[in-house]
Amino acid sequence: MPFFTRRHLLAATALVTLTPHVPTAQAALGMPWSPNEAYPPTGARPGPWLYFTADEAATVEAIVDRLIPADELSPGGRDAGCAVFIDRQLTGPFGSHEWLYMQGPFSANPLPSQGIQSPYTPRQQYRLGLAALAEYCRGQFGGKTFPQLAPADQDRVLTGLEKGDIHLSGYNGVELFSAILANTMEGFFADPIYGGNKDMCGWKLVGFPGTRYDYRDVIANPNRPYTLPPISIQGRPDWNRNAG
Amino acid sequence: MNRRLPKKDVVIVGLGWTGSILAHELCLAGLDVVALERGPWRDTATDFNIGTAPDELRYAVRQDIFLRPAQETLTIRNKLDQEALPIRKWGSFLPGNGVGGAGVHWNGQTWRFLPEDFTLKSHLTQRYGEGFLPENHMIQDWGITYQELEPYYDRFEKIAGISGKAGNLNGQTQEGGNPFEGPRSAEYPTPPMMQGYSQQLFTDSAKRRNLHPFPRPSGNLSTAYTNPFGMRMAPCSYCGFCEWFGCANYSKSSPQTCVLPALMRMPNFSVRTLAEVTKINLTPDGKHATGVTYVDAQGDEIEQPADLVLVCAFALFNVRLLLLSGIGQPYDPATGEGVVGKNYAYQSSGSATAYFGEDVRINPFAAAGSLGVALDDYNGDNFDHAPHGFVGGASITCAHTNGRPINFRPVPPGTPRWGSAWKKATKETYNHVATVGAQGSVMSYRDSYLDLDPTYKDRLGRPLMRMTFDFKPNEEKMTAFMADRCEELARDMGARQIVKSHSRSPYNIVPYQTTHNTGGAVMGSDPKTSVLNRYCQSWDVPNVFVSGASAFPQNAGYNPTGTVGALCCMMVDAIRDQYLRNPGQPLVRT
Repeated sequence: MPFFTRRHLLAATALVTLTPHVPTAQAALGMPWSPNEAYPPTGARPGPWLYFTADEAATVEAIVDRLIPADELSPGGRDAGCAVFIDRQLTGPFGSHEWLYMQGPFSANPLPSQGIQSPYTPRQQYRLGLAALAEYCRGQFGGKTFPQLAPADQDRVLTGLEKGDIHLSGYNGVELFSAILANTMEGFFADPIYGGNKDMCGWKLVGFPGTRYDYRDVIANPNRPYTLPPISIQGRPDWNRNAG
Repeated sequence: MNRRLPKKDVVIVGLGWTGSILAHELCLAGLDVVALERGPWRDTATDFNIGTAPDELRYAVRQDIFLRPAQETLTIRNKLDQEALPIRKWGSFLPGNGVGGAGVHWNGQTWRFLPEDFTLKSHLTQRYGEGFLPENHMIQDWGITYQELEPYYDRFEKIAGISGKAGNLNGQTQEGGNPFEGPRSAEYPTPPMMQGYSQQLFTDSAKRRNLHPFPRPSGNLSTAYTNPFGMRMAPCSYCGFCEWFGCANYSKSSPQTCVLPALMRMPNFSVRTLAEVTKINLTPDGKHATGVTYVDAQGDEIEQPADLVLVCAFALFNVRLLLLSGIGQPYDPATGEGVVGKNYAYQSSGSATAYFGEDVRINPFAAAGSLGVALDDYNGDNFDHAPHGFVGGASITCAHTNGRPINFRPVPPGTPRWGSAWKKATKETYNHVATVGAQGSVMSYRDSYLDLDPTYKDRLGRPLMRMTFDFKPNEEKMTAFMADRCEELARDMGARQIVKSHSRSPYNIVPYQTTHNTGGAVMGSDPKTSVLNRYCQSWDVPNVFVSGASAFPQNAGYNPTGTVGALCCMMVDAIRDQYLRNPGQPLVRT
């Protein structure tokens, strides 16, 4: 019975010393938490695509590189890792809408003020939406895929999706565009631990110092340029002698 | 499996700010207290570890520490003739979850309401006449006065260590504080925070207009502080990860930093986490609570008998628990009969976003949830409403809560959402934007209310609560007026370009606004128009008390937590010094 008091805590502490390998039983007797119970963030690991097929990945990489093009200000979305970020996010609780309310019925005519009412999870949204986009491109551009299009054509397709001028077969193009744009920006500006924002390129673009956690000197000295480089949850590449 | 546990003196539903304060004080009074919390245990060292706490994606975007809609959400519609649909993902507001509740992830802005706010109906009627009040309003007096609540505001501010500057000490106006506030018996426990560059510009602008700027009262502490429970807090480092985050610094006032370590030492206190209360149990005549039933992490249904039931969940979920338990008559907007669910209100807003040139460096990342300079010249009834045709007001603030770049990426109007032009504008704008914002009141109306949804259920098969709410013409007019005031101030700050906005119908559940959901179980002096008496004791079931912003008859132009804390401290005294002498009896006779 999970029933906790200070007395139980003391008793449980003694128990820990004697029998360190039965954490579940101790938790039930002691304070309402176990050591290291709080979970650290799950970082993105390098390696092959975990959710996207090769064709899907090529399309997403091409899209994120148009949404955030490489130029003199920053690397593009592909080199920043935005597609990797989206792939890894889709494999986690975000991808399945595990934390959201997904019980029906799903209204066919929700008001815009009532928010998302789709039965599709992000994984399904990407799978269905990218398939519909591939079909559209094949039909409009003589069998070419989105990644094979010239950048100007890619921009025309993306603009058409954004404005609702292009109608995909079987999927809402505005919703597909909105999801990819939001997730791309998340990847570009989230902590690099999640696979995007490589070398904190998104943070360097705007001048966000990341996780420094103490700006008393900045507040005390207003209107001065901030010059220190950003730091992420994993530190900085140059802190690690073997950083590649 | 169903089972029944031994009886406790007190069972507390929800271990947030008010649950933990009530538990602490009633344990000191010698009662045997158990708290049931449906979320997990959370504490600073483990859950808000400084190595992982500043993570915008995890906390602010994916909503890691919030109540998950899969566990409970509500349905929403703007008007009575619409079909309510479930809020599948939180947007407009973000209910907390777990030990500490919303006190974990709040910004820490800790206000007192104005004296007139508590007698609003009488005050407005007397000054402007009944006909001046908005159509279909349900504005009510609270059944208490500011003067009665003042010692409890002071008590809560001392527990939380609030940083600020008094503007009215025992009737004497104080330089540098808010001259419109009600008389205070004491200065704030800690001095005001430092302010940033945009706050300096705002202060200068306001003074040129003969307005009265002052540092916003803050639960992000300016100095180290030890509270009356012996809890030590550390000075804020302006890290910019307050709202939607736990504080890794022991600087933000919260149950974790201010109450729980003292509470957990009490031998007569216990807490069960992952324990979701499903019902308050009543005697067959419905006049006395016998305890509560909850479902634990294994899915077992367990009965916890108790002499006294304190409902301390988030405002919305207090109301739902009353509806599910059959305590008080549910409100019916068609007839105007009933009380539970009536007078739901929210918060309105107006703002002016100010774009500056390169010579103004805001450094938005150096920030805190309560950092800001405010003025109350346009709040409450501090100005004559007769020429304007609306009631209510707003505190106007130039604040900086963060510069976290997934959500904070201002660009001038007309900028594309992607591509090279977007990138260039994002880079050039990030460090040169400030917002002058108005946080406004919302009146209560006949068709703004909460009830049980006829269609959608939670994971346990119980009806979700249904919210019917929209911004009314009074609030649209008021916030348009406030946006104009914000624009004037921003222009004088030297902005090159200004973009105004304000609350409009239809109320939209998608963009984040505030988690200041109020009403639904309101306090008052008449059981026909209120759920609770002046001590937040149920009129119908006297051994049930309900704590939280659900008690507000309408919402004022301030954040609610200061008033929630004060009402809680008043409840502590009422239970300890009056109720326990005659347990089970109403503290107010009808």
